Amino acid sequence: MNEWEPKIIAFLCNWCSYAGADLAGVSRIQYPPNVRVVRVPCSGRVNPVFVLKSLENGFDGVLVSGCHPGDCHYISGNYVARRKFAVLKAALEFMGVEPGRVHFSWVSAGEGEKFAQVVGRVTEEVKKLGPATRLVKGADAGRRVQVR
Amino acid sequence: MMQRTAESGQQLREAARKLLKDKKVGLVVGYAKGTTPRRAKPAVVKDEKDADRLIFDETCGISLLPHLRKALRAAAAGTKAGIVAKGCDGRALVQYIVEGQLKRDDVVIIGVSCAGVVSPRHAGEKDAQELDEACRRCRYSVAPVYDVLVDGPARTDTGGHGPGTAEEYAAVEEFEKRPAAERWAWFERELAKCIRCYACRNACPMCYCDECFVDQTNPLWLGKSAERPDTTIFHIVRALHTAGRCVDCGACERACPLGVRLSLLNQRIAKEVKERFGYTVGLNLDAKPALATYDEDDRQEFIL
Repeated sequence: MNEWEPKIIAFLCNWCSYAGADLAGVSRIQYPPNVRVVRVPCSGRVNPVFVLKSLENGFDGVLVSGCHPGDCHYISGNYVARRKFAVLKAALEFMGVEPGRVHFSWVSAGEGEKFAQVVGRVTEEVKKLGPATRLVKGADAGRRVQVR
Repeated sequence: MMQRTAESGQQLREAARKLLKDKKVGLVVGYAKGTTPRRAKPAVVKDEKDADRLIFDETCGISLLPHLRKALRAAAAGTKAGIVAKGCDGRALVQYIVEGQLKRDDVVIIGVSCAGVVSPRHAGEKDAQELDEACRRCRYSVAPVYDVLVDGPARTDTGGHGPGTAEEYAAVEEFEKRPAAERWAWFERELAKCIRCYACRNACPMCYCDECFVDQTNPLWLGKSAERPDTTIFHIVRALHTAGRCVDCGACERACPLGVRLSLLNQRIAKEVKERFGYTVGLNLDAKPALATYDEDDRQEFIL
C-alpha cells in the first residue's frame, strides 16, 4: 500500500452545499478526492446518528454542510441543525474524540470555491490525525477491558 | 443528612387522602415501602383507604414519571392524577408540560421538600446515610410548580437551594482538565461495563418514546451487540436525545446494575445548553425546549 489516504463522508444539503459541490465540479476546481458525498434534503435532516455511525463504520472524518443562516429552503432547518451540532460537537470533544474528526460548514450554491477550500481543510486536518480509532467498530477486537 | 420525620409522611398521606376523597384526582402516584431496604417502590393509589401505603423518605430515588404515564394510560379518559414530586420530578413534570406530553390540568402536583436520596447500591461500601451523587449537586429541593406542598414551607424557594452543596458542574470542569486521550480512556472503561439492559432508559423520566431508536430494526440505527462502539454510541445518542431535557435527577445512574457513571456526559451537555442557549430545564411552563427552537444569533464559531 502507498501512503494512507483518509476516507471522509460529506452530508451535503440538496439546495446549497450539494449545488456548491456541483459548481466546484463544473468549474473544474480541484479538491481532494477523499470525500464521498451523501445528498440530504437539508442539514436539519442530518441525524447525529449518521455522524456517529459513519465513524463507527470506518470513515476517518465527517463533514456536514448546509445553507448559510437565513438561506434555508425550509426556512429554519439549518438553524435547528446548528443547535444540534453545537451539542454534538461539545459532547464528542468532551469524551475525547479528536475535534478534527467532525466538521460543519455553510456553503451556498454559488460558493464552488469555498466548497473546495472546506474539503481541502477538512482533508488536511483528518490526514494530520491519522486513521480514526475512537468509536470505530472492530478497532478494539481482541482487547478486553477489565470490569471492576 | 436530614432525616424524614414521621410527621411529614403523615402530611403526605393526608394530602393524598383528601385529594382522593374530594374526587380531585382519580389516582395518586407515589412511593411505598420497597422490598429492599434502600429502594422505595412506586405505588398507584386509587382508594383513600389505600393512601396509608404512601411514604416519602431518602429511599424514594426512582422517578415516578414513567409510572405516571403508565397509570394515566390505563385509567379512564379524563382521569386526573396526583403525583408526589421531589424537586427533580417537579422539573421533569414542567418539561413534560412544555413538551406537550401532559396538560397542566391533568395533574395535581403534591410537592415534597426533598433533602436528597440515597443510592440503592453499594450498601456495604458506602455510609448508609450518604447522599446520592446527583443530590449532592442538586439545586432544587422543591418542585418549581406544585398544587399542594407538604413538609413545611421552609424550603419553598426553588433557586439555588437544593440539598446539595457541591458546585453544579464541578465534576465536568475537573474532567475537562484531563488530556483528550485520558478522557477517552475513561469513557471506554466506564462504558465497557454496560450490558445494554436499558435500565437507564427505562428509569429515565425523559425517555418516554414508545419506540426507542435502539429497538427499531428498520432502519437498524444501531447494532444490538454489547460491543463497545455500539454501547458508546447508544449512550452518546441517549444523552443527545435528552439534551436540553435532562433534569439531572440521577435516576439512570441509580438504576444501572453495573454502576456506570452515566450522568457526566449529560451534565456536560446541560452545561453547554445553559451557556450557549441560556436554558435551564424544567423551571418555566412557558419555555420552549432548547433543541426544538433556535435563535438567529446563536453562536456558530465552530462552523467553517
